[in-house]
Amino acid sequence: MSKKDKIIYLKSEEELDIIRKNGHILGKAHAEVAKLIEPGVTTKALDKVAFDYIKDNQGQPSFLNYNGFPSSLCISVNDVVVHGIPSNRALRDGDIISVDCGVYKNGFHADSAYTYTVGEVIDEVLDLLKHTYRSLFKGIEQAKVGNRVGDVSFAVQNYAESHKYGVVRELVGHGVGKYLHESPEVPNFGKRGNGPKLLEGMVIAIEPMITLGKRAVVQENDNWTIRTEDRRQAAHFEHTVVVRKGTAEILTTFQYIEEVLSKKSLVIS
Amino acid sequence: MAKQSNIEVDGIITEALSNAMFRVRLENQHELIAHISGKMRMNYIRILPGDKVRLEMSPYDLTKARITYRYK
Repeated sequence: MSKKDKIIYLKSEEELDIIRKNGHILGKAHAEVAKLIEPGVTTKALDKVAFDYIKDNQGQPSFLNYNGFPSSLCISVNDVVVHGIPSNRALRDGDIISVDCGVYKNGFHADSAYTYTVGEVIDEVLDLLKHTYRSLFKGIEQAKVGNRVGDVSFAVQNYAESHKYGVVRELVGHGVGKYLHESPEVPNFGKRGNGPKLLEGMVIAIEPMITLGKRAVVQENDNWTIRTEDRRQAAHFEHTVVVRKGTAEILTTFQYIEEVLSKKSLVIS
Repeated sequence: MAKQSNIEVDGIITEALSNAMFRVRLENQHELIAHISGKMRMNYIRILPGDKVRLEMSPYDLTKARITYRYK
């Protein structure tokens, strides 16, 4: 922790362009992973696909060796909320799997995440995914000049809790730029009007982590994996956005993922 | 990748050290050294051994904590 960790960097148009391009590579890497998601596939196999795609595009996976993280993807299945480590576990029909990935290229990071269904999933869980997806966009709606971080946080919390879901508190969104995690912290809960002011050029990753049951989470012995205490499912979606006057611009993209999913007729709306 | 936010825990002051540092025993029986927060300093809030306090800790360094509130 040092003084400079509190500085919020505003990015220039050239820097935003780099992050946008990284966002596209990231979106396509996610799509490559999405193509493979079927019962029987191991999470390690998904990790390799993402690693290869990012490397082929002259990028670096942001997560690999970040504070010792062993893979390029965080793969979080069912009751795992975030930071699941890819393993030889095979996906099963009825699972939900959240894939979080980052791309580092030309000095900047891009960070995004998407939760997928494997085979047939019960309606209750499908609704969780749909509402978590929407809560992300509710948060993005508030990411404009003149608002504060608390307005984004409140929007996510209010939408999720009004649907009776749990909002994880221990993990938060964050600034993105030269470093994967920068100031400010962007919690998924908060009071309107609180927190740092949002200024033009601020780049933040908004990442709602929403649970079907209670919001309590616990860390596993591997020091990374975070799962729900009541072992009910949790969903996670993330976009890297830049704050603008009027409407925020989303720098990462789900377009490639959703192209793949629509071929399987699986898009969440 | 999500960032871990500061953990809030409660504890009891066991010993007052110099420089507004205190030894604190947490509810899980861990002992650590915590310092008083600037806001509390500014408002002249005194802390004595035996007080129950709230602490803020970084998930990335569990040896350091900041005392943010003294319970009545």
